[in-house]
Amino acid sequence: MKAKHQRLILAAVALCGVAGAGVLGASALRDEAAYFRTPAEVKAGKTMVGEPMRLGGMVAAGSIRRQSDGLTIDFVATDGKASIPVQFKGIVPDLFAENSGMVADGRMRADGIFVADRILAKHDERYMPPQMGEMPKNMKLAPGE
Amino acid sequence: MHAYANPTRFLAIAKPLTPWLLGVGLLLVIGGAWAGLMMVPGEAKQGETARILYVHVPSAWLGMGGWTSLALAGLVQLVWRHPLAGIAARAIAVPGMLFCALCLATGSIWGRPTWGTWWEWDGRMTSMLVLLFLYAGFVALTSGDEGQRQGGSLSRGAAIYALVGAINIPIINRSVVWWNSLHQGPSITLGGSSIDGALLWPLGLTVLGFSLLFGAIVLMRMRRIIADNRVAARLRRLADDEGN
Repeated sequence: MKAKHQRLILAAVALCGVAGAGVLGASALRDEAAYFRTPAEVKAGKTMVGEPMRLGGMVAAGSIRRQSDGLTIDFVATDGKASIPVQFKGIVPDLFAENSGMVADGRMRADGIFVADRILAKHDERYMPPQMGEMPKNMKLAPGE
Repeated sequence: MHAYANPTRFLAIAKPLTPWLLGVGLLLVIGGAWAGLMMVPGEAKQGETARILYVHVPSAWLGMGGWTSLALAGLVQLVWRHPLAGIAARAIAVPGMLFCALCLATGSIWGRPTWGTWWEWDGRMTSMLVLLFLYAGFVALTSGDEGQRQGGSLSRGAAIYALVGAINIPIINRSVVWWNSLHQGPSITLGGSSIDGALLWPLGLTVLGFSLLFGAIVLMRMRRIIADNRVAARLRRLADDEGN
């Protein structure tokens, strides 16, 4: 009986130690493990001009402008606190849209515009059935189709 | 709990339970997959792509749940020395690894059309890949070791490895909250679900169904390890008799 209790206490102490180390490690990683920087972080001077980085945020409503070459788009990335204009030449994912999240690989230019080499779309945690009437054109709402 | 730690008593329950878990699990998975593919509408923004949810979420749940039970078995083995705990941990490792791999594969297939990439090193994906490697390490550590010849119990090193690896489970769970990531935040929390009810119910069927299947596979593998042990013990006795 006694040996069993000793082992239990030892295991509990060791587990607390490991969990503590994990929490310390994770909190130390807090900033480094971030997948992207937000516009507010960029504005606060956490990144350097010309340094490769990822910028993540919402595409501001009404901000997408397509240039006359048909490939280059300009839009504004925002996190509610700060906004940064972004320029991208290429094909964006289907889910890339205004009022929706995106992550861009690229670098800040000296004039304050973020030039992206690649754009990923970010989905939020909400999953909704399509509403009648505002359904995307090429999607079917057919139960048992 | 001590009562079920006896392999004979365990077998008396596991044997009749296995076909039930297998049958009901299969029915639920087939029903949930049918409902998810055929009956519910496509998601408003993602369209048909989001239907992979009904496999991706149960895989993630079982990959993480598998390691959680594996770590608990490691703890029971270390502290109480139950003969079944090591057998359970050995039985869980391979199916847990399989579901972890399924989660990564379905996530990758889902990521390409929605995010625009097969793979990114964000917190969620990286920590889930670490879990796959942890499983691989555990399988390597416990296959063909001394414990296999001693009734299936884990070596102390393997049990400690299982416990230490468990630290990755809360990290996977919180990765999308602690760090900004490409993967979206949690949809289903204690507070409710941000997956609309019209899309959610087949997920309940597949999560429960895959969990029952997982249980059936683990029970079958445990029975096989126990049977192997008995064969080995009998062969040893026979060899001893001949030697005398």
